[in-house]
Amino acid sequence: MPGATRSPLTFVVHLSVLLLVALWTLPTAGLLISSLRDKDQLAVSGWWTALSTSTQNVVFRAPSPETQTERDGKFVLTGNFLEGQQGEVSAFGFNSRDPAAFEPGQTAELNDGERLTVQADGSFEIVSDTRMEGTRGQRIFYTAAVPPRFTLDNYREVLSAEGIGQSFINSLTVAIPATIIPILVAAFCAYALAWMKFPGRAILIAVIVGLLVVPLQMSLIPLLKLYNGVGAFFGVPAKTYVGIWLAHMGFGLPLAIYLLRNYMAGLPKEIMESARVDGASDFDIFIKIILPLSFPALASFAIFQFLWTWNDLLVAIVFLGTGNEELVLTGRLVNLLGSRGGNWEILTASAFITIIVPLIVFFALQRYLVRGLLAGSVKGG
Amino acid sequence: MQQLVFAIGTMIAGVLACAFYFFATNWILDRIFPSKGLSGAKASQNLRTTNAIRPWLFMLPALLALAIYLVYPVFESVRLSLHDRAGQTFVGPGNFVWMFGDGEFRQSIFNNFLWLLVVPALSTFFGLVIAALTDRIWWGNIAKTLIFMPMAISFVGAAVIWKFVYDYRAEGSEQIGILNAIVTWFGGAPEAWITLPFWNNFFLMVILIWIQTGFAMVILSAALRGIPEETLEAAVIDGANGLQIFFKIMIPQIWGTIAVVWTTITILVLKVFDIVLAMTNGQWQTQVLANLMFDWMFRGGGDFGRGAAIAVVIMVLVVPIMIWNIRNAMRETGGH
Repeated sequence: MPGATRSPLTFVVHLSVLLLVALWTLPTAGLLISSLRDKDQLAVSGWWTALSTSTQNVVFRAPSPETQTERDGKFVLTGNFLEGQQGEVSAFGFNSRDPAAFEPGQTAELNDGERLTVQADGSFEIVSDTRMEGTRGQRIFYTAAVPPRFTLDNYREVLSAEGIGQSFINSLTVAIPATIIPILVAAFCAYALAWMKFPGRAILIAVIVGLLVVPLQMSLIPLLKLYNGVGAFFGVPAKTYVGIWLAHMGFGLPLAIYLLRNYMAGLPKEIMESARVDGASDFDIFIKIILPLSFPALASFAIFQFLWTWNDLLVAIVFLGTGNEELVLTGRLVNLLGSRGGNWEILTASAFITIIVPLIVFFALQRYLVRGLLAGSVKGG
Repeated sequence: MQQLVFAIGTMIAGVLACAFYFFATNWILDRIFPSKGLSGAKASQNLRTTNAIRPWLFMLPALLALAIYLVYPVFESVRLSLHDRAGQTFVGPGNFVWMFGDGEFRQSIFNNFLWLLVVPALSTFFGLVIAALTDRIWWGNIAKTLIFMPMAISFVGAAVIWKFVYDYRAEGSEQIGILNAIVTWFGGAPEAWITLPFWNNFFLMVILIWIQTGFAMVILSAALRGIPEETLEAAVIDGANGLQIFFKIMIPQIWGTIAVVWTTITILVLKVFDIVLAMTNGQWQTQVLANLMFDWMFRGGGDFGRGAAIAVVIMVLVVPIMIWNIRNAMRETGGH
């Protein structure tokens, strides 16, 4: 930029870009950090405090009196709140109305003649002169400063217990064929529209440009009826993977044909003419020359289609269903938002699993994505 | 696992079937109308015939899929919108009459227009500003990649990310949503942002702006770089300052691209569904057309007439942009 390289405004430019980048990345960073935090810490402190010691108020249920031991004529129950973890207890109590009544080292007189002593390291001791009765352990409230703790437990839990593992496989099952199958179909069509002469070609191109923006909503009800009809006629289920692959192919074709046609039309005419002089047919020219040369455009489209099919929610819940076995990741995530709305350790870990695959694709193949975007929309300006 | 094997198997079978189709039809065509080894008029006539048929063989699978999945449904949706819930009895404009008397539909139209006003404008604005700023600094490409990243995230994933940002805890307890944490840090009272009628629409729009700014930035950045160097140099020689160059020289030269970005995002906004479903499911007065349509499609066993009528409304809103796109494409393709 002439004249702007060393102006005093440069500092302001750096600062504002930094601010914008922070605005755009922090929400995702917060999700990632939270998904790795211990769920008790996640529930009580913001993710930006993840590296500092957090203060937790916890209710602890002492072991059942059945486990008491006899020592010097007294009955004793011992244990440690912070089993195997680091941390420091700063207060404790046994009454929910005053959960921080005592300091570590003090002895609390419980209601029934038992005495509770808690040390700063979390170890506690309940001593009674008589044998303790009952099967339920004493409730103890404590406040502890706990150092930051990171864990993969949240991921372990959502992958097994919350069905995210199954949904991950479902999403792959939908996305991979739905990405690959349309490519060849679109490429042949794009070649015909770019390099073969026939009446009506201009109209077909216009129709494809028009179909690019037809809202998906228009297709949902007629196709649902069609699928139900076909399913009933042949006695097969209406909601199948084959159905959703074909639907994704149909919805992706306008963009595929448009992108590929633009790209192929830009290839040098001389290559094709010299091949034709050598006696090559259209079929040979397409397979041996055009298809290999179009690789960048094919890659761009494949990335778009993969991101779109992986991230899609609407097509999946309409054409594949919402049953536990066939939910894709996005559908599962919506369900979890409803059923586990407050459990951020579940939601953050699940969300991260759903976005990690597209993010990897994005960072690895960003070049093709940008190229495809430019080919797909700058035209027409 | 078995399921994945099945998927990949079908995929390979599908690709092979396509390849076989193209190869076989092509081979048959050349056998029926041979042009090699024949002489004179017969050969050239056969060549003409094959040249007339071959494009249609190449296009047949794609055209068939487009016809079934996009063209036929448009007409069928229009037909269904004039019929009752099961699609059997003709009710004329009944569904549309119902629609405009329905409070929820009017709410959706209002919200959709809010979205249309705000999201394309702000996404394009931020995209343009970021494109212009990052061109001037050495780490601009890293910044662009990071701002572009949300493009890869699903609407539902983004909804979870932002729901966490907006998370609300009662006043006095520790806020774990960063927005309420900032508000309370400045001494304000925490709010349950997404249940705040009217304003909650804007909190949902933020999500789409966050996703789409990267798209606008990439395209506008390329357009800015395409501006001929000479026009900028001439402006500098004439003594224009940075802002003047930006607004008077650069912006007018990329109007066309700005319009394309704007309309592309507009189309997306008209179809916005996932974000609303995941964040509020239309509660607290955040309903939009696409979500309302989805709702009616399954509500009480599904009312296809009303659902199709709402879809037709979305389609009608898209048509002006569609016509504009087609005219641009036709002008550009020209004779080719």
